[in-house]
Amino acid sequence: MNRFYKNIFIFTFVAPAFLVLIGVVFYPFIYNVVISFSNMNLRHIQDWQMVGPVQYVKVFTEPTEPNFYVIFLKTIIWTFVNVFFHVVLGVILALLLNQKIKGKGIYRTLLILPWAIPQYIVALTWRGMFNYEYGSINIVLTKYLHLPAVEWLKNPTEAFLACILTNIWLGFPFMMVVALGALQSIPHELYEAADIDGASWYHKLKNITFPLIKPVMIPAITLGIVWTFNSLNIVWLVSNGGEPSDNTHILVSFVYKAAFNLYRYGYAAALSIVIFVILLIFSLSFMKKTKATEAAY
Amino acid sequence: MTSSKNKKIILRILTHLVLVIFTLIAIYPVLQVVTISLRPSDKLLSTSLEIIPQNATLKSYVSLFTDQPFLLWVRNSALISLTVTLTGVALAAMSGYAFSRFNFIGKKVGLLGLLVTQMFPATMLLLPLYLMLIYLGLINSYLGIIITYSATALPFCIWTMKGYYDTIPISLEEAARIDGCNQFQAFYKVILPLASPALVITGLFSFMTAWSEYIVAAQILQDTQLWTLPLGLKSFEANMSTEWGLYGAASLIVMIPVVALFIILSKWLVSGLTLGSVKG
Repeated sequence: MNRFYKNIFIFTFVAPAFLVLIGVVFYPFIYNVVISFSNMNLRHIQDWQMVGPVQYVKVFTEPTEPNFYVIFLKTIIWTFVNVFFHVVLGVILALLLNQKIKGKGIYRTLLILPWAIPQYIVALTWRGMFNYEYGSINIVLTKYLHLPAVEWLKNPTEAFLACILTNIWLGFPFMMVVALGALQSIPHELYEAADIDGASWYHKLKNITFPLIKPVMIPAITLGIVWTFNSLNIVWLVSNGGEPSDNTHILVSFVYKAAFNLYRYGYAAALSIVIFVILLIFSLSFMKKTKATEAAY
Repeated sequence: MTSSKNKKIILRILTHLVLVIFTLIAIYPVLQVVTISLRPSDKLLSTSLEIIPQNATLKSYVSLFTDQPFLLWVRNSALISLTVTLTGVALAAMSGYAFSRFNFIGKKVGLLGLLVTQMFPATMLLLPLYLMLIYLGLINSYLGIIITYSATALPFCIWTMKGYYDTIPISLEEAARIDGCNQFQAFYKVILPLASPALVITGLFSFMTAWSEYIVAAQILQDTQLWTLPLGLKSFEANMSTEWGLYGAASLIVMIPVVALFIILSKWLVSGLTLGSVKG
């Protein structure tokens, strides 16, 4: 095939997707950068002007209630707690499922359910379950465990906890399935050899299982952290847009509110970029670090 | 000997116990939706924990189809989701192939750029797209929402397809070429059928993105005639006391096909995901 023909071939294959991506990803991204340096908001939607890095200064210094640093801290807690439980529960369940047991297929199918259900239904249903009077969680607490009922959705800490609980429930199946896939690819001979050497289950876990599932888990965890950091659905819908009084926000829900409830377009665009840069720096350093350990192993 | 046998039995029981507890936790919210959908309208708010409520009735289901614009929402959601799926799969199948097989200017930057979009917070593209749609007069239109959903789904789809093509040996195409196929024939006669698992995954992913999306739709589709299922269901939830039963019934109907599809395809989903993310 001559060169010219090949180039046309590549062009027809790549061009449509590239045009679409330039239109719906690249151009909006540039536009977002432009807006972040402007004073665009509901009053200045047509006659906006470039005002320099004013909006960025506002992101870091404006005394919003709560302010950027508090929300940033909450986002870190949110991400860490969620991903921690996703991985721990996911790996434990995968280890249990990776034995010869009855009903394995049924357990596996039912345990995937939280991942399969559309997120907005998950969020709205859990919001119902957290209802003070009629929600099943409080009914179980008071009727069966004889504990006092909890005001899940009206107090800041409890409402944030409610979001986290919902998200933990939602996220463990992904890690479970990934870990299960990794476990199944470990050759059986390794465990047999360890058995002959009289290794205990703890040593097998530490010296065979964990090192061998690590290469698969690390990318999954990176993805999990990025997804959780940016997950808007659960926080927005369980807390009904940050209730009570904006105390349940993580960064993405806070910026969503600034953009679409408060119409502060310039500010929201600047905050979006700040969030993106935080995630980019984190992901790059995380991947570099884990790559380094991988090479060592 | 017997003590080690006993130990094994105890371990087995413990394993099942833990699995049963987690399974119950996993399915409970679904059962809760079933319960809500079956409650008679005077008992919507109840403090009973029975799965099948007293005087269970299918009235919510009937009223969903007769008094509510539920079928309109189904139609809108199906229309939007199918269009997004078709565009997504077609574009990703072609460009993923080029990314996997050829070297061209901008390839590395393109691939890296696609990966980086996964770190965008939702508002990063939503806000400028929203403002662009206002200028173009595309707010409250199917086209507006289809464009926005494609922007979310496409990067992931291209990566998945590329990752899968990478695992198909290039010798297969060379063999086809020797047998007289041109490059394009080699692609759609040999490679595309082999890549069908990845096509299924990208299709499923695009479909789910559009079918289950609330946040974007809430901004772009304000006309109730254009509402998709998530917007409709949220409106039931908003006045919890009166329409809670409708919410339950609708959720269950919306959930069942997606969940069934997801569970059937979950095996491929994971291999596609890890291939796409592990392979560079």
